[in-house]
Amino acid sequence: MLQGFLPQLLSGLWVTVQLALGAVCVGLVLGIAGAAMKLSPLAPVRWVAETYTAIFRGLPELLTVLLVYFGGTVLMTAIIGDYFEVSAYGAGVAALGITFGAYATEVFRGAILAVPKGQVEAAHAFGMSKLLAFRRVVLPQVWRIALPGLGNLFLVLLKDTALVSVVGLEDLMREADIASRYTKEPFTFYMAAAFLYLGLTVVTMAVLHVLETRANRGQRRAAG
Amino acid sequence: MSDVSLAKAPAGDAAPTLQVLDIHKRYGGLEVLKGISLEARDGDVISIIGSSGSGKSTFLRCINFLETPDAGAVKIGGEEIRVRQDRKGNPRIASHRQIERLRARVGMVFQSFNLWPHLTVLQNVMEAPVHVLGQNKAEVRERAEALLAKVGLAERRDYYPNHLSGGQQQRAAIARALCMEPQVILFDEPTSALDPELVVEVLGVIRNLAEEGRTMLIVTHEMAFARDVSSQVMFLHQGRTEEQGPPSKLFTDPDSQRLRQFLASHLH
Repeated sequence: MLQGFLPQLLSGLWVTVQLALGAVCVGLVLGIAGAAMKLSPLAPVRWVAETYTAIFRGLPELLTVLLVYFGGTVLMTAIIGDYFEVSAYGAGVAALGITFGAYATEVFRGAILAVPKGQVEAAHAFGMSKLLAFRRVVLPQVWRIALPGLGNLFLVLLKDTALVSVVGLEDLMREADIASRYTKEPFTFYMAAAFLYLGLTVVTMAVLHVLETRANRGQRRAAG
Repeated sequence: MSDVSLAKAPAGDAAPTLQVLDIHKRYGGLEVLKGISLEARDGDVISIIGSSGSGKSTFLRCINFLETPDAGAVKIGGEEIRVRQDRKGNPRIASHRQIERLRARVGMVFQSFNLWPHLTVLQNVMEAPVHVLGQNKAEVRERAEALLAKVGLAERRDYYPNHLSGGQQQRAAIARALCMEPQVILFDEPTSALDPELVVEVLGVIRNLAEEGRTMLIVTHEMAFARDVSSQVMFLHQGRTEEQGPPSKLFTDPDSQRLRQFLASHLH
């Protein structure tokens, strides 16, 4: 089947999955941090977060990937003092994670603001510090509120992983590309890749559904 | 930055549990509290009444610094927090730790319950003793279950707040406050958000606490209840204490003309 290219496509699929999962981990951390910074009472802290989201929501993602890949090599070489080549995977995780984080910052910021003020006030009234109240009362609810928005971003991210094939990462897109050139049957292999991307999307949607159901435990008001 | 002074109050049997001294608070040009003081001894139940806008809720919220007073002091458990003003006249608080310590000693029950919806009733009650006071989880659990039984919610301990009626939520909120073993409990209009038929069950719980000898400050519109349970009543009007005394005096023979008018419009 697929003239013996199926294993390559599957290994590309695995690389794509790893890339997406790596990037989403980086992105979630950046997103939470970005949102917390945007809500800071200190203006300079807010500016840092504003600049971050303005830049990485403003750049084409392909350009971010290229900048991180080539810029990363220059930067790391300068830091280490010896030639250092950033791996395509590392650059991909960083570039996609940074972009995901910029968009996730806004999702998290909205979610933090959506937690009713009275609950945070109650936390303070019981002697919780700002940090403890954020960790024990706000964050667990932010997750629930942000989940639909984050799910959306993750689906976009999943497909943007294809951009990293330009710096030579052998992900699903690049494997399909190689196979189509080799066999001169581009339609077959791009179709195969399309089905695999769709399969990933379906799996992701199922996982998101499970996560949302779990996060919403106890949230619906009793009928009546 | 030493705008708040920390001083040990003289220890003695006569020392009040809670002392609130000359609290001032303004919002912009509007002075909502013009110097209110209060002293609660062990077992006192003080009802704070007054029309809306009289400053009674703001006063209560100044006691645990949910609102920062512009001037004044709060003394509890031998520790005093005094608010000083900086050169621009803004209130300054030097030690947030000190305020957190005060809050852990003062329980609070809110008008809109403010339970944490992602935690079950039992988890709500256990949250602060475990994570603020750092107490042993098993011991807190035992205490929390006993308190929930006391407010009639033993069966509902594993429910989430949104699955309870308003009255049940408020009783859970009272158990949550009690589990901190506070020296004083503040009630901010605890029955104002409840349907009339649910008010009774919450007032019943508060009444039991009064009979146990808990020290409580209650901002309320329930005049009959205030008359029954209070050891003292404070009537606030336009940011000042207009009249203060035992309920027998205030509700039957008030000196203040304004209190008379207020009672006339609230007793029927």
